[in-house]
Amino acid sequence: MATHRTVQEVNAGSMADIAFLLLIFFLVTASIETDSGLNRMLPQKNEDTIADIKERNLFEISINNADEIMANGEIIHFEVLRKGVTEFIDNGGSNCDYCRGIGTDELSEHPGKAIISIKTQRNTSYPVYVSVQNEILGAYNHLRDRESLRLFGVPLEEMELEYYKEETNEERKQLLKEHIEVIREMYPQKILEPETVKN
Amino acid sequence: MIKFNNFKSVNRNLPAISTASLPDIVFILLFFFMTVTTIKNQNLMVENTLPKATETEKMDKQDRIIEIFVGKANSTHNAVMGNEARIQMDNRFVAIKDIGDYALQILSRMPEHLRKVATVSIKADVGVKMGIIEDLKKELRSVNLLKINYTTYEGNVFENLNAPR
Repeated sequence: MATHRTVQEVNAGSMADIAFLLLIFFLVTASIETDSGLNRMLPQKNEDTIADIKERNLFEISINNADEIMANGEIIHFEVLRKGVTEFIDNGGSNCDYCRGIGTDELSEHPGKAIISIKTQRNTSYPVYVSVQNEILGAYNHLRDRESLRLFGVPLEEMELEYYKEETNEERKQLLKEHIEVIREMYPQKILEPETVKN
Repeated sequence: MIKFNNFKSVNRNLPAISTASLPDIVFILLFFFMTVTTIKNQNLMVENTLPKATETEKMDKQDRIIEIFVGKANSTHNAVMGNEARIQMDNRFVAIKDIGDYALQILSRMPEHLRKVATVSIKADVGVKMGIIEDLKKELRSVNLLKINYTTYEGNVFENLNAPR
């Protein structure tokens, strides 16, 4: 008996349709955008209180239940907060050779000593708090970028990006790490968030 | 000499375009999207419009993130949960005092080398008050999860202040 042994070809015409369906399914269920936000470190859990902060080295920001912002004893507009914070950190009262502030006696002695405290009340709204955090980080980023550009010719963010890239080799990473640490050392972020006082 | 006559012998009928490689192309597209996207594995049970900020940093490594949503229960759940701000972790509502336990549970599911760099992403709605955020931070501090991220949208912060609350 002579049977036909030729295997029939599978029709692949619908393959494209199947793949398209899968593709559309993934497009609908997946999201490309990655989250972004403000990174902060919470303080360690300990009960000791910090004593001996000179008043000039502390920049106190309070936000009340009505979302009014008070900085160093005066109610201020949100628009001038970043400028105020920058002036406070970069004041350069004593032996700070890279600061460009005016060096008054009322603002911080040195960026390394400058401490910013944010106080909130229970009814303060969260977006306002985030905005204040954003302005403080903005002030720090601005100052760090300025020094980074002056010393190494690139903004800090670019160095950080390169540092986290996989293809950067070890030697370069080591160098970048040193550079980043130098900048962070110049303007360390010291942000206090004292616990809300019951009221 | 070049013989122009040769052209006349070329078959003028266009051959049909082969679509045999079309599935391959589509599959490549498919794999591309499968790799660059992340699938949402959380069902949002709370209202979640994030505030805006400019000085943001990207969190591109999804594997080391503990997500905490804060907001009013959304329309499907507010009949039961009421209109107060609630906290959602891992597809369920969590009471404030249990946050630490849940966070540690999620942390223990992570591979060991990631636990040190785990970040808590706080996704709080614009309508939330600071009270609940303070409590949340206190709980996180008590379980020593100190790296936090206030997750926001990119945008002008001034819009936060004028937003209807």
